[in-house]
Amino acid sequence: MLGSPGLGLAAAIPFSMVVGSAIIVLLVDLLLPGRRWILPYVSLLGVTASAVSIALLWGRRVEGFGGVISLDKFSSFFGLLFLLGTGLILLISVSYAKKENIQRGEYYSLILFATSGAMLMASAVDLLVLFLGLEILSLCLYALSGFFRERGSSVEAAVKYFVLGAFASGFFLYGIALFYGATGSTFYANLQFMLSSGSRLPGPITLAACGLLLVGLLFKLGSVPFHMWVPDVYEGAPTSITGYMSAISKAAVLAAFIRIFSTSVPVIQIDLSRVLWVLAVVTMTLGNVVAIAQTNVKRMLAYSSIAHAGYVLVALTAANKAGYSSVLFYVLAYAFMTIGAFGVVTLLRRAEVEALEISSYSGIAERHPLLSATMAIFMISLAGIPPTAGFFGKFYVFSAAVGAGYTDLAVIGVLNSLVSVYFYMRIVFLMYMKEESERIEVSLSRATIVALAICVLGTIAMGVFPSGFANLVASSVAAIF
Amino acid sequence: MSGLPLVPLITFVPLFGALIVAFTDSSRLKQIKLVALAAALVDFVLCAYLLVRFDISIPAMQFVEKRNWIESIGSNYHVGVDGISLFLVILTSFLTVLSIGASWHSITQRVKGFMISILVLETGMIGVFVSLDLLLFYVFWEAMLIPMYLIIGIWGGPRRIYAAVKFILYTLAGSLLMLVAILVLYFLHHGATGEYTFDLLKLYGTTVPGHVELWLFLAFAVSFAIKVPVFPFHTWLPDAHVEAPTAGSVLLAGILLKMGTYGFLRFCLPLFPRASLDAVPVISVLAIVGIIYGALVAFAQKDVKKLVAYSSVSHLGFVMLGLFALNTQGIEGGILQMVNHGISTGALFLIVGMLYDRRHSRMMEDFGGLWKKMPVFAGFFLVVMLSSIALPGLNGFAGEFLILVGVFLKSVSFAAFAALGMILSAVYLLWMFQQVMFGETKEKNERTFIDVGTREKWILIPVVVMIFWIGIWPNFFLSRMHASVDALLERVASVNAVRIERVQGGPTASEHELLTEGEKR
Repeated sequence: MLGSPGLGLAAAIPFSMVVGSAIIVLLVDLLLPGRRWILPYVSLLGVTASAVSIALLWGRRVEGFGGVISLDKFSSFFGLLFLLGTGLILLISVSYAKKENIQRGEYYSLILFATSGAMLMASAVDLLVLFLGLEILSLCLYALSGFFRERGSSVEAAVKYFVLGAFASGFFLYGIALFYGATGSTFYANLQFMLSSGSRLPGPITLAACGLLLVGLLFKLGSVPFHMWVPDVYEGAPTSITGYMSAISKAAVLAAFIRIFSTSVPVIQIDLSRVLWVLAVVTMTLGNVVAIAQTNVKRMLAYSSIAHAGYVLVALTAANKAGYSSVLFYVLAYAFMTIGAFGVVTLLRRAEVEALEISSYSGIAERHPLLSATMAIFMISLAGIPPTAGFFGKFYVFSAAVGAGYTDLAVIGVLNSLVSVYFYMRIVFLMYMKEESERIEVSLSRATIVALAICVLGTIAMGVFPSGFANLVASSVAAIF
Repeated sequence: MSGLPLVPLITFVPLFGALIVAFTDSSRLKQIKLVALAAALVDFVLCAYLLVRFDISIPAMQFVEKRNWIESIGSNYHVGVDGISLFLVILTSFLTVLSIGASWHSITQRVKGFMISILVLETGMIGVFVSLDLLLFYVFWEAMLIPMYLIIGIWGGPRRIYAAVKFILYTLAGSLLMLVAILVLYFLHHGATGEYTFDLLKLYGTTVPGHVELWLFLAFAVSFAIKVPVFPFHTWLPDAHVEAPTAGSVLLAGILLKMGTYGFLRFCLPLFPRASLDAVPVISVLAIVGIIYGALVAFAQKDVKKLVAYSSVSHLGFVMLGLFALNTQGIEGGILQMVNHGISTGALFLIVGMLYDRRHSRMMEDFGGLWKKMPVFAGFFLVVMLSSIALPGLNGFAGEFLILVGVFLKSVSFAAFAALGMILSAVYLLWMFQQVMFGETKEKNERTFIDVGTREKWILIPVVVMIFWIGIWPNFFLSRMHASVDALLERVASVNAVRIERVQGGPTASEHELLTEGEKR
């Protein structure tokens, strides 16, 4: 890994294309002010181009910029995942942004910049570059959360996210500094080399550094005890952005997490697993139990995303190859089902505003059977009932946990998913088994239908034929192990 | 086996039918119903062909199909049928046809969704009975909850939502723990042999360390016990049965409960033979408690449907008792009784549904004097009711008698209590029959009760045919179970024989003699 200091520009092609298209979007917005409807499609074009470039480079291994970023199957997998998620969010935004009057160049270019940050995080093999990616992603999301400038809740979300996020970034940066102090490098590979040589036990500085990095990452992941921002930010941010945060920014953090902790600092794995065990239990339980009491669908999905972060922590606790593969499988499955669910949420409106109360879903199956069936599939998948992606996501996670000897964690995990069935199925029963209480309008656009269709197909395909996806994630993880 | 993949066809024909229904315009009710009925009938014909082609002498799985599914973890689409699952598969397709027939007029809202749910449910149920891969089994086992949840929750009675939520939470609670147990077993097998596989037939050979075996057995057993339901896990059942629409109740009682007992036979006994043997006293006592408790509570009901629901608790207690007698008579009687219960109780629910269609009530006090008003109906009802009581010559007797013989060989006192349950079942069913059919016709009911029409006749005639067929010629069914049941018992016995402790159960030869005696009756 170390001996290839060449420029390796190929490693930067995928996210350069995303950055480039973000700039083009801004220019188009500037030069063609009357044609804003074109913006999402320009963005989609950039996303597609970037995805094609990743596909063409698939299987190659390129170290770029003196070895600080690495293009391998692992980063390619996450790159494709981010681009897929971004594409879906863009499709959903086509009509959502128009309805909410946020159809501006900044909106789309910020989404694209955020995606480039996420891609940088997944391919970084140096802590500073990782930090760079993390900040690009975060800054864009702070701005996007507050995109409804005239709404109090949106501004509150942005400020809250920014202040707490800045703290987390501070912790993270301090962790990097300590690592540099302990090992004299910020390369992941050097960390491993320095920490494992001479069979020394990791000193207090290393442990502190790991702890601080962990704080920074867990904050972004929305794990307990750093979850406080999640419900408020998810509720206040534009719904499309909420979907983006829950699917993409979490996946980016997990990519970085796996790269750092699986390959670079395995010496502290035992201590780490102990910490993660506790965090996984608390995160799953809190997310699921509190979600029951929610009346706002975005808050419910926010707590559900905390719970799902907990399931992923179960796999990280297992800390074996099966565990890391299951994380990749899970984030892909989660992207389909959560973006799909938020996509449906963007469609329901009452008197020109979004209908976000859970009770709004009462009886919509009567007039919109297909949309209800779609939402039901996402809810069933989130609850982890086969034959859906969510089931196999959980199956792989718990199987990794049992395989690593954490049967107790798997038991707690399945009991948690039992709790979650209650609130996910509540949406299903409201849609199908209650009378319609108020006039809810559903405004479907072609782009949204395409996005939802992709999400449904992905959710079902991963649930019925998981084999291909499982092989894909296994080979992606094998690239860094 | 030969060219035609019979078992996958039987499994997925209903799903295919559901897809066709899904793409039919929801206003064309007639077409939707006909497509659904056609899919169910085709499936039943395929099942009949399966029965004809079934080879009596082979104890192993037949019509086996194996395709790669998830190669990386050693899970295959591996299905097949043996003497234990054969009749449950056929029963499923049989009752689905009847259920669709029974819903012809009584379901008026969202017919399309209903037919899709029923057909998807059929695929799920058959999938459970034919799966030979633990993961595949689990996927079917849980996937079938969703259509049942919708059937209860959308087309059910006034308290349907409560019943649907209770149903899904109860059953999931058990099955999720089973998932963890499946995983533990999977890794144990890998530890012992170095092979990752979910293949049930290979996992049969896994030796599970003693204390782990108990936990795994418990996880599986609780999951199945909730489904059966074994006392004290039965509380979801009356709610779900009473609130479900007729077709839902028929399939719930007829098939879903059998998944629990089938699970004990297919998974608990052969996978954990030692723990199963140790659990015999506990399960037998719970079964007997269920038999008597179910019967007593049934007797106290004023609602006919609730009475039938509680009678299921009692009857399934018999099945459990028979299975855990762990001898040929007990197990074969148990399997036969699963089929019998599916037919008889399914038919009772159909009959209650017919009464409800006319009177829109299920309270006994609202009926009375129907004998005169509906003579044909009365005849059908009488036969079905007597079959549920286990009158000799009808199907219930063949099953319950074998179970009693099996239990008697094991323990005289258990058999005595079980026989008490038989008497009680006669008490509450005759009481119910008397309340509904005899006495004075209520004045306001004068015009309500018209006799069964052609459609209803065609639903009940096959049921009555089956009742007499099994009752008069049970050996036709038993002979197809022999080989597989013996193989199962041999496996349980051989594993337990290794243990120093006394092996229970009599010598095999004398058992067969007793069996033939039982059949002659």
